[in-house]
Amino acid sequence: MTTSTLSRLYDSDIAWNFRHSWMARISTVTLLLLFAAALFAPLLATQNPYDISQLFLLDSELPPSWVEGGDPRYLLGTDQQARDLYSSILYGLRLSLIVGFASVVLAAGLGISLGLIGGFVGGMVDGAIMRVADILLSFPAILVALLVNGVARGILPPDQHADAAIWVMILAIGLTNWVQYARTVRGSTMVERRKEYVQAARINGVSGMGIMMHHILPNVLGPVLVIATINLGMAVLTEATLSFLGVGMPATQPSLGTLIRIGNEYLFSGVWWVVIFPSVVLVILVLAVNLLGDWLRDALNPKLR
Amino acid sequence: MTLLTVENLTVAFPGRRGTVNAIEDVTLSVSPGEILGMVGESGAGKSMTGAAIIGLIEPPGGITQGEIRLEGDRIDNLRPEAMRRIRGRKIGAIFQDPLTSLNPVLTVGEQLIETIQTHLKLSKADARERAIDWLRRVGIPAPEARIDTYPHQYSGGMRQRVVIALALCAEPRLVIADEPTTALDVSVQAQIIALLRRLARETGVAVILVTHDMGVIAETADRVAVMYAGRIVEVGSVAEVLTAPKHPYTSGLMASIPRIGPRPDVLAQIEGAMPRPNARPEGCAFAPRCPHKMDICLQQRPKLEGSEEKSVACHLIEEVSV
Amino acid sequence: MSTPLLNVTGLKKSFDLSQPFLNRLFSGDERKFVHAVDGVDFSIERGTTLSLVGESGCGKSTVAKLLMGLTHPSDGNMRFDGNELAGMSAGDPPDVRRRMQMIFQDPFASLNPRWRVARIIAEPMKSFGTHPDPSERRKEVDRLLEFVGLSAADGEKFPHEFSGGQRQRISIARAISTKPEFLVCDEPTSALDVSVQAQILNLMRELQRELGLTYLFITHDLAVVNYISDYIGVMYLGRLVELAPAEQIFAAPQHPYTRLLLETVPDITMAHRDMERPAGEVPNPITPPMGCHFNPRCPLATDRCRTEKPEFLPYGSSRVRCHAVQEGRADQAVLREDL
Repeated sequence: MTTSTLSRLYDSDIAWNFRHSWMARISTVTLLLLFAAALFAPLLATQNPYDISQLFLLDSELPPSWVEGGDPRYLLGTDQQARDLYSSILYGLRLSLIVGFASVVLAAGLGISLGLIGGFVGGMVDGAIMRVADILLSFPAILVALLVNGVARGILPPDQHADAAIWVMILAIGLTNWVQYARTVRGSTMVERRKEYVQAARINGVSGMGIMMHHILPNVLGPVLVIATINLGMAVLTEATLSFLGVGMPATQPSLGTLIRIGNEYLFSGVWWVVIFPSVVLVILVLAVNLLGDWLRDALNPKLR
Repeated sequence: MTLLTVENLTVAFPGRRGTVNAIEDVTLSVSPGEILGMVGESGAGKSMTGAAIIGLIEPPGGITQGEIRLEGDRIDNLRPEAMRRIRGRKIGAIFQDPLTSLNPVLTVGEQLIETIQTHLKLSKADARERAIDWLRRVGIPAPEARIDTYPHQYSGGMRQRVVIALALCAEPRLVIADEPTTALDVSVQAQIIALLRRLARETGVAVILVTHDMGVIAETADRVAVMYAGRIVEVGSVAEVLTAPKHPYTSGLMASIPRIGPRPDVLAQIEGAMPRPNARPEGCAFAPRCPHKMDICLQQRPKLEGSEEKSVACHLIEEVSV
Repeated sequence: MSTPLLNVTGLKKSFDLSQPFLNRLFSGDERKFVHAVDGVDFSIERGTTLSLVGESGCGKSTVAKLLMGLTHPSDGNMRFDGNELAGMSAGDPPDVRRRMQMIFQDPFASLNPRWRVARIIAEPMKSFGTHPDPSERRKEVDRLLEFVGLSAADGEKFPHEFSGGQRQRISIARAISTKPEFLVCDEPTSALDVSVQAQILNLMRELQRELGLTYLFITHDLAVVNYISDYIGVMYLGRLVELAPAEQIFAAPQHPYTRLLLETVPDITMAHRDMERPAGEVPNPITPPMGCHFNPRCPLATDRCRTEKPEFLPYGSSRVRCHAVQEGRADQAVLREDL
């Protein structure tokens, strides 16, 4: 069974399309490299930037190793706390991706469930869900995230802020992004619900839950995959923005956004490398994700083939 | 004198598993005032033939072989700009769904007048006169009043009449009608069929009527071309083809149509289904379903041969005549 | 005469097309209803086929949905072998619903594209618990596949690997998997090519003979109706206008609408008739004509037809809803003048 599924996958139009799209392949390779770098950060890094005992203040603000005054131990230079930028970026990437993936999973889970229920049940339930979605959409995402962040900080005791930061970020970003999934899934659900195979299931006494889970859900997931991919890029950017604004990851556990904020403060004193290198990594990451998402959207759209 | 000749036309679509021929080696001709029916199952290539003639094949598909001549001039190799001028002026089109053929934000009159003025040198007032005249000719009651209304204010049958007026108002020489009655109810379908026939007689326009419905062909067309798996298998006058079909596919098809009248115990049926374009067999495409297949049918594609009156692409016919 | 398997009386279904309350309040519009099914009576004997024919919007498909519980009637009764179905949802009660199945029009939409064929066919057996043991269920699926002219190996494939006709065979296999007595067939061949349509119609006749099935067949194609039915009901704008044995509909149609339908069927044996007559079209069902719905298109219409709704009364061996027929004006009259 597995082999037949695998060979079916290899033979499918999507797989063929993938093998014939250099854009898809380049973005995938780039993303895999970035994911691997994040996953194996402790092995690849030359120091643990979170461990203050490994930092030597004398080495602060060193330029990249190839620039005059650079130190070969610090490939991309150091920041004002003497953290190795190369290692910080690896760890920061890791945090950014964790926040990104987790918030996408949260948003998709929430959005798919609510969209499926709204589209299938209809009536008041649907109305209630979609009004909440409308209200949420009328706020800028960043504002909602700031709000969630503010509330969380108000509730939690100050000494837990740093530890809870990552969860607060995931929650904040996840809660702002589910609307897109819900709307898309609701729309497709309403289309699928009317199809004859759903009527056939109803005639045969299959429960509403059974129809939603076994019949409709597998048929509405295609567009969700596209949204999820593009959303990963958005989530990473939102995280970076929040961290840049100083309400995201703390300076002791820098994400890519935090690193950019820190670098930004020293930019005009000639310390350009602290802001440039994390920014470049962020841009490459988001670009690769978006290109892959674009390709996926086109590949899944039968009209464009 | 023939109006349109299509010779050895092949339309191909490159795909991931190699190039697929949607239609192969299609040869036909239409005279002025004649209604040529093109009949076949979905995927047989009848609509594709029509699309090739009006130059509306969607890329990456294209004509890979053969030629199309309208009044003696080749039109298959024209640039899009030149083809656009021919479309409308010399070749009109009527499609299945009248709603999508009309622009919903323009009144029926605006659409007719625009089309008339694009192709004929007429003042606005004259064009309007002519538009009203066309609405009257296609059987729209009170055309003076209805010309300024929008398509959604018309019923399905009336809308299809407007589409027909739109296709004919620039006085083209040829109209391609692709399933013009399929979306309509039976009682309305009959009216549209009769209208098409009357207009062909009155204006001398030639019509290529693409449909899957043998009944519509019988009621409307003068000649009929039967398509199967991208090829014409039989072509001839309607009376000849329908009452004395020579190709086993045509005769099987005719026998399998349920009719009003004495009820048979079992309907004659052709086993199996038409092969998909990428899975056509070596020889005759109908051979796997054919009750009379011979060895040669599996190896060699039969050619379309015969007289003006009737041509058939079948080895069986060659055998008999030899 | 035995008791009929299905008995439908006074069946009505109206859909509320009104704007929401607040919008109505501001715009002053009245509430709008479409009477999709407007008082339909018929019954079907065991082992026979009743066909409902009519043009789009006549309510024939709504009757099918009402019978299967996919939508609820506004009024009327539907008794299946003595069990009242009005007010019951689809699939409920299971022991009755198991005995009624449906075949749909669109072979591409009626099979879940993400499911393998074996799972599709097994769904009713699993849901109604007729074959609780999975391996037995699988055996039954294989048997059904072969029964409808496919092979057991086809169970592992997905619907998109089949042609339209083969998919309709899969649909049929699913419908007969719970050993039903009654099948509702909603235009089962209208999406198929002619040469394949014959295969499916023959298969359905064969099933009826072998399994003793009772059919309600819904179609717009009179020629198909001729092949498959014992009784024919002609519907127009939600009402049955004529119900008669099949031979009689074709030999001696009574209602002017039935005659119009029969005349307008394109016929491969009757070339080039002149049919361009002012026969009009089906009016908007939201605002149907007063009296007899057919009166604006009817050559026999009188003032009575324009004001008084005709009753559905017995006429010979059939039932007809027409003042002209009941007054004896229909026989001599020329139906419509030629142009």
